[in-house]
Order: sequence, then C-alpha cells, then structure tokens
Amino acid sequence: MGGYARFVWPCFAFVFGVLAWNLWAAGRYQAEARKRALRSLAMMGEGQ
Amino acid sequence: MWTWFYRLASPPFVYRTAGALMPWFLAAAAATIGYGTIAGLAFAPPDYQQGDAFRIIYVHAPSAWLSLFAYTTLAVAGAIGLIWRIKMGHAVAAATAPIGASFTLSALVTGSLWGRPMWGTYWAWDPRLTSELILLFLYVGVMSLRSAFEDPGRGDRAAALLAIVGVVNVPIIHYSVVWWNSLHQGATVAKIGKPEMPGSMLWPLLAMFLGFMCFYGAVLCMRLRGEVLNRERQAAWVREAMRS
Repeated sequence: MGGYARFVWPCFAFVFGVLAWNLWAAGRYQAEARKRALRSLAMMGEGQ
Repeated sequence: MWTWFYRLASPPFVYRTAGALMPWFLAAAAATIGYGTIAGLAFAPPDYQQGDAFRIIYVHAPSAWLSLFAYTTLAVAGAIGLIWRIKMGHAVAAATAPIGASFTLSALVTGSLWGRPMWGTYWAWDPRLTSELILLFLYVGVMSLRSAFEDPGRGDRAAALLAIVGVVNVPIIHYSVVWWNSLHQGATVAKIGKPEMPGSMLWPLLAMFLGFMCFYGAVLCMRLRGEVLNRERQAAWVREAMRS
C-alpha cells in the first residue's frame, strides 16, 4: 500500500463494520417487530 | 392518479413489496461491492499524486453520497407524511434515519483517515467537513425528536419538520467546495462533461456507488418491514400475515 496501509485498511475495516452493523441491526429490528406482532396476536386470543 | 398514489402507500403493499425486493437488493449489493472492493484494492493503479492512499475513495465517496441521499429521502418521506398524511411516509423516514446516520459517521471517519496523510491533520474546520458533521447532528436530532414524544404521531410530525428544515444543509455540503475555499478536493466523478478518472479507477468506484445504493435499498426494506409491523400491529392484515 505504498506506506499508506495504516490509513487504507482501517477505512475499509470501518466501512465493512458499518455495513455489517446495518444488516445486523435491521434484521434484529425486523425480528423484534415480528415478535411484538405475534405477542399482540396471542394476547388477542387468536394466537393458538 | 391519487387513488393509485394512496394504494401504493398502503401498509400491506409496502410490507409485501419490501419483502420481495430485499433479497434482490442484497444480492446486487454483494456482487457490486465485492467487485468494487477487489478491483479498487488490487487492480486500480495508484494515483500519481496520492499514491495508494487514494483507494480510500472507494469507501469514502459512496458513504458520503449515501449520507446525502438518505437525508434527502428522509426529508422527502417526512414531507409526504406531513403534507398528505400518509403514514408510510413517516415509516420510511423512521427507517432511513439510522442508516443515513451510520453512513454519515462512516464518511467522517474515512475522510478523517484520508485527511491525515494528505492534509497533515485528521480534522480541520473546513466547510465540507463541518457541514457533514452538522448532517450527523441533524440525523441524531431527528431520531431523538421522534422518540422524545409519548404520542408517536406527534413525534413523527416534529421529526419530519426538523428533517425538512435541515435539508437546506444538503446543497450546502455538495457545493461547499465550490462556494468556499476548501481543503477538500472538488468533484471528480459527478463533473459535467468528463470525469477526471481513467476507467480502471472509475469502474470500481461506480460499482461501489451502485453497491452502496443497493445495500441501502436492502437495509431500508428490512427496517421498513419492522417499522410497518410496529405501526400496524393491531391491523387485520398484520394478523393475517402473522398467521401465514
């Protein structure tokens, strides 16, 4: 990397970390919402 | 025309469409980001002035672009929710804010790491850097304001107002390098006429732009589905969807 490795690699690592966090957080948010919807369905007595 | 517009914004339609589009966006993002990263790191030649440090552009520029695009989406969706009282407008705004904030942070961090070898400093109170930092504060403000109200409807409206007022910062960020003396370089890709990059550098960058946009689409779809479920939990169609 011509002496710039300590700047280039951390940039790529950080951005790929951000991409991974986004995927994880969005998946978790969706799963939590689904769980809440199912719980609300069960509370209405229609879950079974 | 308005009937079509309202049908397009109906929660079940949005929920199903987001679910159908998400895997396609994700596959396209994986392919283009994979190509862009490999080609940008291994095959693009070093810049004649910046050497290999220029490779930071492959993650910095798409992050910065996405930070502006997501904020514009946030403001437009908020305006749709506010003006036409379309609930899905607010749902899109709520779903896009954390994604945009994360890419704004990413643009600031990678820009700072690029600035150190090129400018001799990690940070300068330069117009481009400062206006991008204000963008991050705007994202945080919009998210905080939305969750500060007990009544979600009031939170949505307040957040939409702030988002609309804050959109004035988007052209300021874009034109800051033209309007003021800036350490930051001017436009290289979006130049009218001809970009100042050879194809071997440009194609991986364009692939990264496309990949980041597709990634944004995929994550937005995932968050939007969650947002729709949270808002429509009591609706009959959600009960049907949960049973199936």
